[in-house]
Amino acid sequence: MVIRTDRLTKQFGNFRAVDEISFEVDRGEIFGFLGANGAGKTTAMRMLCGLSKPTSGIGMVAGYDIERQSEQVKRHIGYMSQKFSLYDDLRVWENIRLFAGIYGMKSAEIAQKTDEILSTLGFSAEKNTMVKELPLGWKQKLSFSVSIFHEPRIVFLDEPTGGVDPVTRRQFWELIYQAADRGITIFVTTHYMDEAEYCSRVSIMVDGKIEALDTPRRLKSTFSATSMDNVFIRLAGKAKRAGDN
Amino acid sequence: MDTAIRALSVNNISMNYANVSALKNVSFEVKRGELFGLIGPDGAGKTSLFRILTTLLLADSGTAMVDDLDVVTDYRAIRCRIGYMPGRFSLYQDLTVEENLAFFATVFNTSIKENYYLIEDIYKQIEPFKKRKAGQLSGGMKQKLALSCALIHKPSVLFLDEPTTGVDPVSRREFWGMLKKLKRQGITILVSTPYMDEATLCDRIALIQQGEILTIDTPDRITANFPRKLYAVESDNNYRTLMQLRENPAVLSVYSFGESLHVTLNEQLITENGHDFQLKEIEPSIEDCFIELLRK
Repeated sequence: MVIRTDRLTKQFGNFRAVDEISFEVDRGEIFGFLGANGAGKTTAMRMLCGLSKPTSGIGMVAGYDIERQSEQVKRHIGYMSQKFSLYDDLRVWENIRLFAGIYGMKSAEIAQKTDEILSTLGFSAEKNTMVKELPLGWKQKLSFSVSIFHEPRIVFLDEPTGGVDPVTRRQFWELIYQAADRGITIFVTTHYMDEAEYCSRVSIMVDGKIEALDTPRRLKSTFSATSMDNVFIRLAGKAKRAGDN
Repeated sequence: MDTAIRALSVNNISMNYANVSALKNVSFEVKRGELFGLIGPDGAGKTSLFRILTTLLLADSGTAMVDDLDVVTDYRAIRCRIGYMPGRFSLYQDLTVEENLAFFATVFNTSIKENYYLIEDIYKQIEPFKKRKAGQLSGGMKQKLALSCALIHKPSVLFLDEPTTGVDPVSRREFWGMLKKLKRQGITILVSTPYMDEATLCDRIALIQQGEILTIDTPDRITANFPRKLYAVESDNNYRTLMQLRENPAVLSVYSFGESLHVTLNEQLITENGHDFQLKEIEPSIEDCFIELLRK
């Protein structure tokens, strides 16, 4: 088990952003964490990453308690978001070195693995390129590789493919599959409903609660829907909370 | 296109930043009252095009007309007639909802009252929060306020740069519902989006990538022009099947599409070689067409 939560809750004043969510995620799973804007996804994800303390309930991530061992949690996870990924003003290899160093990897190990990763991605020629000069799709692929460079047990991906062209978006998902095959657990949020179909299991949050959690196939049959888009609209359409984050 | 029915015309517009070419000889026209979509990923040049048409950026070459006014020489007149909602929220964060709207109305020499009917449907959803500062609104409410402010002077052309990016499928659907209503009021709308599924909600679309228009037409005609038969393949392990199909010499292209794989084939080879996967012929989507155009 890589994630286990029991009635995990976050309260801001009298607003209950996350309301007693309980779920488990297994090793190597691709877990889709869906919900409308404002459903509480970001707050839940911040707690799971050790960045925000729960008001009540329990959360274990990568074997550590998110409340009492948040520093350990941070060390054993990877994180990537669309908004912040890499430093534009550093070269490709410098970004890798920086992040790997932060995660405590040794220089020799970093150097060797850098070449490996760049050659797998087909980016060897770009080793000295400034990140700002890379096309967005390349940046996102590199950023994902950097987020799992230290071989974390789990990686959190917050809308990793937003704005990326359809071909690159699919190449990105192949990287996700490869990482999951190696046993890295993937926890991913997305607004592309076709990507929900690529997940092993999907949870859908509505107004702070997990309203549904199952494989895409079973969700579609439970809600007699033809696509995950239909499932989502049926569930999230009931939300009472106005607006979003 | 006859000037009487033409709302926008873009002729050979090119734009370069340092060594990056953002727009390469882009040309298209938009009819009055049309809902026209620019569909493409980040970095395609959509925002540069919006900024040129809203007179905020000068193109390196080419010409563009909005309401038959030139974007360079008649920029002042154009600014009075258009509404622009940039991709990044750019209202005054320290003013309240109501103050922002009043400000935009005043700048355009009108009042909230005069054109209220136009924004009523949208604005009444945020009216309960009219005393709240714009900076403290949720994303969905900011979007509605920005749209209200862009509409308050009854523009003849509305420019919406990625209004639904990062927005969940339910709110996106709502937003497109609002656009349809505005279209009925006769407002011409140019909207950009990276979501291919929104393309079918437009009257006509341009698919754009790396500063070049790949194709322009109605969504129906674009999908009808898909050059080959398209098949769906389903299996228990799509990733493994994807890898297998990619090695098959008769397979021209294979991409994941939700729960299935979409495949195009060399029909002659597949007949000669035979195959052991379940093929179901399907209608291509805009995303299939976009991928097909990128492959060229």
